[in-house]
Amino acid sequence: MKLHRLGGLILIVLFVGLGLLLPGWSRFLLTLALARGLLVLGVVLLMQAGLVSFGHGLFFAAGAYAVGFAVRDLGVRDAFLVAILGAGAGLGIALCIGPLLARYRGIFFAMLTLAFSMILYGILVKAYRITGGTDGLRIAPPAFLGWSSPEEHLGSVLYLFTLAATAGMVFLVFQYLRSPLGYTMRAIRDNEVRVEYLGLSVSRALYLAILLVGAMGGLGGALNAMSVGHVDPNLVYWTTSGEFVFVALLGGTGSVFAPLVGSIVFEFLRTYAYKYIPYTWQMGLGLIMLAILGFAPGGLWTLYELIARRMSGWTWSWKRGA
Amino acid sequence: MEQLAIILMDGLVYASWLFLISAGLTLIYGVLRILNLAHGSLYALGAYAAASAVLFYFDRGLWPPGSYVALLGAALIIGIVAGPLIERGLLRWIYGRDPVYQLLATYALFLILEDGMKLVWGVNPYYAYRPYGLLGTVQLGGIPYPGYSILLIGVALLAGGGLSLFIRFTRIGRLVVAIIHDPEISVALGANVSRLFLLTFTLGTILAALGGAFTAPMISVVPGLSVEVIVLAFAVVVIGGLGSLEGSVIGALLVGVVRSLMVHRIPELELFAIYLVMALVLLFRPQGLFAIEEVRRV
Amino acid sequence: MDVVLETRGLTRTFGRVVAAEDVNVQIRSGERVGLVGPNGAGKTTFLNLITGYIRPDRGRILYRGTDITGLPPRTITRMGIVRSFQIPQLYPGLTVLENMLLAIAARSGRGMDFWNPLRREHEVAEAMELLAAFNLADHAERPVGELPEGGRKLLDVAMALALRPAVLLMDEPTSGVSTRDKFEVMEVLMEVLRRSGVTTLFVEHDMEVVYRYAERVLVFHSGRVVADGDPQTLFADAAVRRAVLGWE
Repeated sequence: MKLHRLGGLILIVLFVGLGLLLPGWSRFLLTLALARGLLVLGVVLLMQAGLVSFGHGLFFAAGAYAVGFAVRDLGVRDAFLVAILGAGAGLGIALCIGPLLARYRGIFFAMLTLAFSMILYGILVKAYRITGGTDGLRIAPPAFLGWSSPEEHLGSVLYLFTLAATAGMVFLVFQYLRSPLGYTMRAIRDNEVRVEYLGLSVSRALYLAILLVGAMGGLGGALNAMSVGHVDPNLVYWTTSGEFVFVALLGGTGSVFAPLVGSIVFEFLRTYAYKYIPYTWQMGLGLIMLAILGFAPGGLWTLYELIARRMSGWTWSWKRGA
Repeated sequence: MEQLAIILMDGLVYASWLFLISAGLTLIYGVLRILNLAHGSLYALGAYAAASAVLFYFDRGLWPPGSYVALLGAALIIGIVAGPLIERGLLRWIYGRDPVYQLLATYALFLILEDGMKLVWGVNPYYAYRPYGLLGTVQLGGIPYPGYSILLIGVALLAGGGLSLFIRFTRIGRLVVAIIHDPEISVALGANVSRLFLLTFTLGTILAALGGAFTAPMISVVPGLSVEVIVLAFAVVVIGGLGSLEGSVIGALLVGVVRSLMVHRIPELELFAIYLVMALVLLFRPQGLFAIEEVRRV
Repeated sequence: MDVVLETRGLTRTFGRVVAAEDVNVQIRSGERVGLVGPNGAGKTTFLNLITGYIRPDRGRILYRGTDITGLPPRTITRMGIVRSFQIPQLYPGLTVLENMLLAIAARSGRGMDFWNPLRREHEVAEAMELLAAFNLADHAERPVGELPEGGRKLLDVAMALALRPAVLLMDEPTSGVSTRDKFEVMEVLMEVLRRSGVTTLFVEHDMEVVYRYAERVLVFHSGRVVADGDPQTLFADAAVRRAVLGWE
């Protein structure tokens, strides 16, 4: 436990240093990777219960558009307020669709999430008077408790803000995974019947998890929107949701940090891929997915563990409960 | 009265299309117990192949009505080539695995096929509208109606009829039904099951490609057709009950008519017609209208 | 003594198979009842019906006078009617200890707690004590998937016990456990149940076990209860022996 705290602290210091040292473009990518990492983390948490969300863009877009509307219609520019609004929007969506989703498993769950995200996509495109249609909305740079960052430092400030929010969420998830509810989710994947026979409501546990994941996704969407300065319906298009699932698989479910690491690797990979293989990017993802499924179901984290085991003695064992 | 006739007719046309895209999905699920997320891609493959075939056909200046044979041929070729390739190359490795695993694997296939089509056909739209125009309009009790739509109904009826004859009167067809109702039969079948799965998947692929092929003349064939189709097909299949062929017929008709009603009366809600029907059905019958019940032994 | 559990005209068919037909049973508080009968006689169905896993076509189930017919398993479990399973129902991805802790957490009403850790000192101690009683303490940190069949069976019972039931229904608690350990385990288990006054129903094929630990026996056949009485009298009855238990 003490080791965990120490490890977390070292990681945060490392990330702060990294962000301040890296050139602007890489720092921007890192910021997006962290924000999107929250979505991936959500996908992983649901996967623990045996649920695949193919519509995670739903929460992403909810948080992002909440920022868009808040800035445009309410004149809210404070980053803290905007982040809370984003998380609230994700939570709101989860509150509405959660009761339905929590009744379904397997393919039903996967396809329902996909259907919900397609509906939102349709609405965002068609209601262009409110949402700006496919052009989306522009978002002015945020302020921080009344303080506006000078333009040349805005990237760094947003990075630190995103880092802080992500770290907070990771801590929350860390607690959750060690809690009875966190274990219940894994128990649901293993044997739903026995969960009910312990006197626990499977659908209630799933609903709670969906709420957590929804709020976290909304926050991720808000953070992403602030850094990009723009939102559009692509945030909820199936390709975006598909990428979250892909990264979840890439990182593996071995640790809370796996989705974040996966997300960072992915973000940099994509930047180059768009440049060199714009038409075969999805195909590449598909092939890698099949390779992971066939040979390394644990994802990149398996690689880490393999190396860690070689150097055992000073590794932090994060596998269980982390 | 006249309007009601048009609404029903439009509903029937849309239902025919829905049946074509969903029958294969439910058939494959019923026998193989895999929900093929790449089903929409097979539809898109059919559409692309058909568009190319039709354009090629007319470029040669051949007898125009023969283009319908080109449509049919394109669908059959896609089904017979892509079906076995996918079944032998991917699906046979994931039978009986965890559903999450199967979902991810067919999703990967979907991603691969999406870009594969872009590589072959590019990203610009294909217009293969001539078979549509050939049939002109037909007078239905004094109302002019596009002839091609009637053809689509015919194709769906033939496909559905053929399927039901196959299931009822052939040995393999009866086996298919038996497995849909009791998956454990497939264990008892031993070696033959491999061939049966191959056949079923190929048949399902042909159905999907057929849907795509006969839709091609009505639309511009562009990348991204697949997603909408897989979501719609799944909705229809869920309404009818996963794995049930009768269910997919009823589901298609239900959604077809409701959507047509909305298009004519409340067009703003057209997008949601199918989801509305799905939500209502799931509310009262969570397993769909023609569910195949399973209770786990403890 | 007062009646805890009562069924009235309980009937359920699956297609043509009659799994329960007009079952009328009254179980008194603290009784230890053995359920016997040939395979397919409706013993497991009886447990499934009482705990709400399947619904009866007709008939009612009363628990301390309250109608619990049609309630879901989790509600019935929370009311104090707990069961263990013929095929162990565990969480193979978790360790033996974690399986137990989850049961204890559920009982303490913190199954939905998402902040405090699952492993709390006093709960771990309680779990280890129960595991020790079933000779499972050495396996506490092993994944359940690695346990041999007999061990899984016992863990299944231990989890049910961790819920501190008022009524415990066990479906062949010692099948799969070696004959050598069988009586040792039953001795411990029955002693715990007797001391805490838990009303117990258990399905059992080993008549020696039934004879030794049941105060009362219900004989099932084709979905009906065909005989009901104390084991000494029942097993002496030639008709019951031949027709139902298949003994000569």
